Amino acid sequence: MLTGLIALLACQLVGELVVRTLDLPVPGPVVGMVLMFVLLQVTRPRAESSLVRGTAALLRYLPLLYVPAGVGVVAYLATLRSEALPISAGLVVSWLVGLVVTAGGTALVLRLTGARRVNR
Amino acid sequence: MTFNLDEAWSWLLGSPLFGVTLTLVAYKAGREIWERTGRHAALNPVLAAIVLAGGTLLLLGVDYEEYMAGGQYIAFLLGPATVALALPLHYEARLVRQAAVPILVGLVAGSAASIAVAYWATRGLGGSEELALSMAPKSATTPVSIALAESFGGVPALTAVFTILAGVLGAVAGPAVLSLLRFRDVRVRGLAIGAASHGVGTSRALEEHPTEGAFAGLGMGLNALATALLLPLLLSLLR
Repeated sequence: MLTGLIALLACQLVGELVVRTLDLPVPGPVVGMVLMFVLLQVTRPRAESSLVRGTAALLRYLPLLYVPAGVGVVAYLATLRSEALPISAGLVVSWLVGLVVTAGGTALVLRLTGARRVNR
Repeated sequence: MTFNLDEAWSWLLGSPLFGVTLTLVAYKAGREIWERTGRHAALNPVLAAIVLAGGTLLLLGVDYEEYMAGGQYIAFLLGPATVALALPLHYEARLVRQAAVPILVGLVAGSAASIAVAYWATRGLGGSEELALSMAPKSATTPVSIALAESFGGVPALTAVFTILAGVLGAVAGPAVLSLLRFRDVRVRGLAIGAASHGVGTSRALEEHPTEGAFAGLGMGLNALATALLLPLLLSLLR
């Protein structure tokens, strides 16, 4: 467990430092994710290793970690009410467009390149 | 013996203990409700937890800032948890490599469309410039969307709320919308859910299928990257 947590924090830390040092327009945790990916590919740890178990444990609680930011909604109830239309329509429409364009674009190019399907 | 209830209460509200405990209890309750209703998608645990914790704050008259004295410790773990998404990606590395070009094309197109429509639709329906700028980065995961709102004139806390709502939307309706449009490939489904609805959507995708979850994690990571790169470019064209 501990090894996993240390590896995650170390990857994020290096990621944040790299982004700031080189002034990259990329978020630190995303660079950290790339570093962690390389670490896993190189070391190929076993499923029962501390590295994998610690990482999987944190991943299980991913949704919980979004709750505090979401609770911020209580501070903006007045704004949400007075601008209900642009907020709700803007949010739903752009979410739907993002979802469908990503799926459609990926599926289209997959078909054009003749890749094998991976269905459920 | 004397009772210092008022003093104890005001101590509690200023202490991180309050926000951390409230968040965990609300999420636990959200999970219980979800489990007992046969994991109904509309009763998403994140949504339930936000309603329960937010309702508690309103009921007790506690400010969001006071709550965040504790809430920030939970939010902090989002960074390392984002790094942890490398694990499902590692397991599916071969499939990702095979589909690298389609993934990149779909992702860049989806990310650009999402940013442009978010800005235009919000502005077009009478929203202020500030509101549109707060909406534009909402599909990127929270640490990223907040940072982008900060740099480009949005309201970071409002962006955080829009981001979570986009996530909840993806967890509740994402798989249903994709099925309705006959997207069956788990790679395509995962990538789209992760790109549009970051980690909240990714958790739902992980429940559906391990490969779908891995591609959702990838979609979330790549979309965070794409949003950070495309937002400044698109805003200079849109405005």
